[in-house]
Amino acid sequence: MKTHWQILVVDDEEVMCESLAAWLREDGYVVDTASSGRDAVEKARLRDYAIYFVDLKMPGGMDGIETMMQIRRLHPEASIIIITAYATVDTAITAMKEGAQEYIVKPCNPEEISLLVNRIIKVKNLQRENTILRKKLTRQYCVHDVVSKNPRMQEIMALCGEIASLRSTVLIQGESGTGKELVARAIHNAGDRASKPFVAVSCAALAETLLESEFFGHEKGSFTSANQQKRGKFEMANTGTIFLDEIGDISPKLQVDLLRVLQDRSFYRVGGSEEVRVDVRVVAATHVNLQQAVAEGNFRDDLYYRLNVIEIRIPPLRARREDIPLLADHFVERLSHELGKDVSEVSEGALRLLLDHNWPGNVRELENAVERAMVTCRGPVLTESDFGFLAQAAAPAPVWAVPAGMTIEDMEKVLITATIQRTQGNIKEAASVLGIDRSTLYEKIKKYEIPR
Amino acid sequence: MKYLYVAAAEEVERGALAAVTARLAAEFGGPVRDMELGSVDFAFDAERRQYGSIPLLDMLLRRCPPDAAKLLAVTERDLFIPVLTFVFGQAQLGGRVGVVSFARLRQEFYGLAANREIFLERACKEALHETGHLFGLVHCPERKCAMSLATTVRQIDLKDDAFCAACGARLRRNPEGTQV
Ligand SMILES: [Zn+2]
Ligand SMILES: [Zn+2]
Repeated sequence: MKTHWQILVVDDEEVMCESLAAWLREDGYVVDTASSGRDAVEKARLRDYAIYFVDLKMPGGMDGIETMMQIRRLHPEASIIIITAYATVDTAITAMKEGAQEYIVKPCNPEEISLLVNRIIKVKNLQRENTILRKKLTRQYCVHDVVSKNPRMQEIMALCGEIASLRSTVLIQGESGTGKELVARAIHNAGDRASKPFVAVSCAALAETLLESEFFGHEKGSFTSANQQKRGKFEMANTGTIFLDEIGDISPKLQVDLLRVLQDRSFYRVGGSEEVRVDVRVVAATHVNLQQAVAEGNFRDDLYYRLNVIEIRIPPLRARREDIPLLADHFVERLSHELGKDVSEVSEGALRLLLDHNWPGNVRELENAVERAMVTCRGPVLTESDFGFLAQAAAPAPVWAVPAGMTIEDMEKVLITATIQRTQGNIKEAASVLGIDRSTLYEKIKKYEIPR
Repeated sequence: MKYLYVAAAEEVERGALAAVTARLAAEFGGPVRDMELGSVDFAFDAERRQYGSIPLLDMLLRRCPPDAAKLLAVTERDLFIPVLTFVFGQAQLGGRVGVVSFARLRQEFYGLAANREIFLERACKEALHETGHLFGLVHCPERKCAMSLATTVRQIDLKDDAFCAACGARLRRNPEGTQV
């Protein structure tokens, strides 16, 4: 396995370069060397290395940081390890902020460097297995509730079928309302655990102690309100699948506990001393960027890698607008049964309105909109006026009169207020719609005292 | 006919040298030839107060006898490469020359009472390990195999004084050791 991975060692000192290369070759890696930053970038252009060791201090105009940044421009996923001397550790820390994965202070302990390389390669191996899995995609729908003709979504659905019968942990990333739980259920239903329990837990906004007992159950009297033994969600999901929504929200302590369950497949009930063994497939989901949370130290990296064995990223609805008509029809059909209303279609005009909307709340927002329109509509066709509430929330109507005496500042305030309303308070998205950066938007919100 | 050479620096204890040579002869099917290396002081780095394994390997390449298939040098000096605090030894993968240091294999190095048996066992394992590299073997994931990577003496002690079945088979398939 190791021999597939190539490493590039970059240092202007030949002895330094060659000795590290020789040492890594003994470990089975194919190692190239580069004697300058320019040389390194040239080599990186020709092939992507699994790991780049880059000396921070190199003469000739291009130091380690500059070299690293150029390599990252070619290979954003590259793992770069900065080599530094004691005197320049501060600079190495700067390098980490610029995207270096690690730094080592030379001379470093052989054990340290060997563990570091192994860890990076392990992750690369996992990622590669992932890609191989994805390449085996078959064009087969496995989910009935996920409606899409978007190629990315079809890929995801095919992947669901492919991985359904594995026990590997799955991490689903996507904005809220994109249907993460649907995808989790799809994975469960398509596999050989389909007849076993599917248990969903939302990790958001629950106090640590509550969530802990929610996960693992508790023994009688283990905390004040516990007057009898309770089974946790992990026990309930035994032989089936547990879906952990908003996994990014769990506390550091629970992260450790969860890691242990994933490793040992066993745990203790809160206040209990008896080990409970379970066979549970874990599917986790998050709307926050977990990788970033890891980088910021808010989420354990070992837990992240455990969870992220198979990664699924669901695109937001605005990135797959071609699905809006399909989804609208799907919801109309389903809701007409549920609501007992004889509605059969969506008018052209209404559809145009739906296509123009930004859908910050994604598929769920669309479903809610269709439901709201159906409740109030009075004919067999949903029209533009049935979706009037969308237009209200939306930014300026196509034609609008500018009130007399309005200043540019007034207009800016109106525009920002409307945009923030439309993105449902999502500042990042509002900033991108307005074409300004987030900090500028915050300044303006403050300046105009815009409520959020 | 080409031979496996064991080259001893002047400071090396002859008894230990004999033990290592015998182990290599048994493993690689002797005879193993001896060679005197003299002093390795030229490789001394005043700043690190250790000996550079790269200059040492360079010297070995220059002095490698024409009838040497592989040459393994043995020294009592503590070896290093610039990026690492030390190395137990180093060898050109699938190449001609390698070196083993006895310095950190002795209990005394760690402030413990000398133990000749433990030291000789470690010396044989490390000599096998570096020679294995010369024959093109890379590190073996089997912790008990002499080819597994050891970065501490503790890890050396956990190894067997032998190659695992897979590494042994690889050696037999490729006796010249020019390829990995
Ligand atoms: Zn080795
Ligand atoms: Zn082996």
